[in-house]
Amino acid sequence: MLLRLHDIKELILLNRIEKAFENGKSFIGFLTAGDPNLEKTEEFILKMERAGADLIEIGIPFSDPVAEGDVIQEANIRALSVGTTVDKIFDMVKSVRTKTQIPLALMTYANPVFYYGYEKFFKKCEEVGIDGIIIPDMPYEEKDELAETASRYGVKTISLIAPTSEQRIRTIAENAEGFLYVVSSMGVSGVRKEINTDLKSILKVIKETTNIPCAIGFGISTPQQAKEIGQMADGIIVGSAIVKIIQEYKEEAGHQIYEYVRAMKDAIKK
Amino acid sequence: MSKGRYGIYGGQYIPETLMNEIQYLEECYETYKKDPAFMNELDNLLKNYAGRPSILYYAEKMTKDLGGAKIYLKREDLNHTGSHKINNVLGQVLLAKKMGKTRVIAETGAGQHGVATATAAALLGLECEIFMGKEDTDRQALNVYRMELLGAKVHPVTSGTMTLKDAVNETMREWASRVDDTLYILGSVMGPHPFPMIVRDFQSVISKEARQQILEYEGKLPDAVVACVGGGSNAMGAFYNFIPDQEVRLIGCEAAGHGVHTQKHAATISKGSVGIFHGMKSYFCQDDYGQISPVYSISAGLDYPGIGPEHAYLHDTKRAEYVPVTDEEAVDAFEYIARTEGIICAIESAHAIAHVRKIAPSMNNNQIIIVCVSGRGDKDVAAIARYKGVDIVE
Repeated sequence: MLLRLHDIKELILLNRIEKAFENGKSFIGFLTAGDPNLEKTEEFILKMERAGADLIEIGIPFSDPVAEGDVIQEANIRALSVGTTVDKIFDMVKSVRTKTQIPLALMTYANPVFYYGYEKFFKKCEEVGIDGIIIPDMPYEEKDELAETASRYGVKTISLIAPTSEQRIRTIAENAEGFLYVVSSMGVSGVRKEINTDLKSILKVIKETTNIPCAIGFGISTPQQAKEIGQMADGIIVGSAIVKIIQEYKEEAGHQIYEYVRAMKDAIKK
Repeated sequence: MSKGRYGIYGGQYIPETLMNEIQYLEECYETYKKDPAFMNELDNLLKNYAGRPSILYYAEKMTKDLGGAKIYLKREDLNHTGSHKINNVLGQVLLAKKMGKTRVIAETGAGQHGVATATAAALLGLECEIFMGKEDTDRQALNVYRMELLGAKVHPVTSGTMTLKDAVNETMREWASRVDDTLYILGSVMGPHPFPMIVRDFQSVISKEARQQILEYEGKLPDAVVACVGGGSNAMGAFYNFIPDQEVRLIGCEAAGHGVHTQKHAATISKGSVGIFHGMKSYFCQDDYGQISPVYSISAGLDYPGIGPEHAYLHDTKRAEYVPVTDEEAVDAFEYIARTEGIICAIESAHAIAHVRKIAPSMNNNQIIIVCVSGRGDKDVAAIARYKGVDIVE
């Protein structure tokens, strides 16, 4: 039997995403690439890794991020205003990859990927060492148009499950790969005081369906929330809270990010 | 692949949070459109409330002046609320009510769709909130107050370019945060399936009537149907029942702003490329990395960087043609039809009139053009005055 190059790679090293869930509860941190600039994005990714993050989601900024709240919308505008492009982000990731083996996923909207060209985009992902892709406006019904190409280049297409998914949960979970991104709340991304969704019931259905790890995101910002949510799932995803630190401290945010991620990782360990 | 495709275009590119709701909407629509009671109620509203059928008016002076084809105007400007938007809105808000929703939300550009939605919500007893770009609330202040008079809450949108596309973004965000009691009343033949289909179906009354009317008046079909295109709802409505009539040319007029050779236009088919945005695959004005470009037109209603997926398909299959019309040409046409026919049309519709002025003279006098006058121009009078350098106080 002939094995293609990426099959061999899969055999030797697990896709890095699986490793993100090997050491207890996983902390997944998000930032927008190019905010405030790409050199700093690289530095912040490495800080998060050192602070104990298990996977980093790198947001490719988009002009019209319809699934984001104010905080990440503004980060998208800041990143685009300094001339951040998909190609420059790939160069940054390539550089990061020489310094760390932390799992990396790109998060963006359908159009920047479609416009770049699926074949060219995922080939580039493989070249620079991207492990997964999250596209919030590419639901289960549409993801087939890129999933095969992504898979050919060893990139996992991460699926999302929302509080409204109901009977769709099983279908999505059965076909999931990498990990499942469970959206904690209605609406858009952003810090929330309370999360009222019945996450336990959603997680129960997922766990009956698949062994793929589940991470919960949207609205989590405090160590207390991290601990509570972390108990229900295999990991938590934090975006807006980190982006807010970057918004406040700009170039100087490295230390603050490190302290914050460490506190959050500690909280989910307990 | 999802349903709702026109060739490669269309689809349902929306966040998972909205997927169940949009599938529920499709189910409800499929049920109610076959329900005689629902359709009778809608017909009754269209006839006795909105004033349908709209007249097909022979523009004799314009015909003589241009010296070519016979020109008929489909007078959507005479509908209640002053534009074709009411056709779709009565259908969708009635559907919302049947679905058990108590609240509707909508985006608006020029304010015509917002006014129509606020009107239907007032009539049918639903709460209504409208999202409108800050720039548009400034240039269409009268329509903002009109919506408020009708009991709607208007949210000025300050994100992005503060125009129609940002209003759509914000309405989608609002819908994703509250679907249980709320339906998004989309104003054009765009967005995720089933919206392009629903809006087209409700707007197709324009061509259904126009086809019957022209056969009655002239005993034959027109040679061309002309309409302005932003998202494309009045054009889709004006084209739809003529699509099988291959001999009828279908012409959509896009907003070319300062000209398609400049950066200041909203000419999606002329200058855009295929992309995925606002829930659909279609043509969009975008940059080299798929970032949606800021667009410009004197007309707030055509100031949108995309076009409905069925138009994209009609373009690719060459069933319809799409032509750019500049601000200057539209303003000239706005003044021309006012003086020639005594009709102050919407600046959006003036884009279609402008193209008719170009093509009618070279056609012969047994040929016929139907042009859709999508709305009335009261809302534009102050802006046109400003454009002409006239200082008036509203």
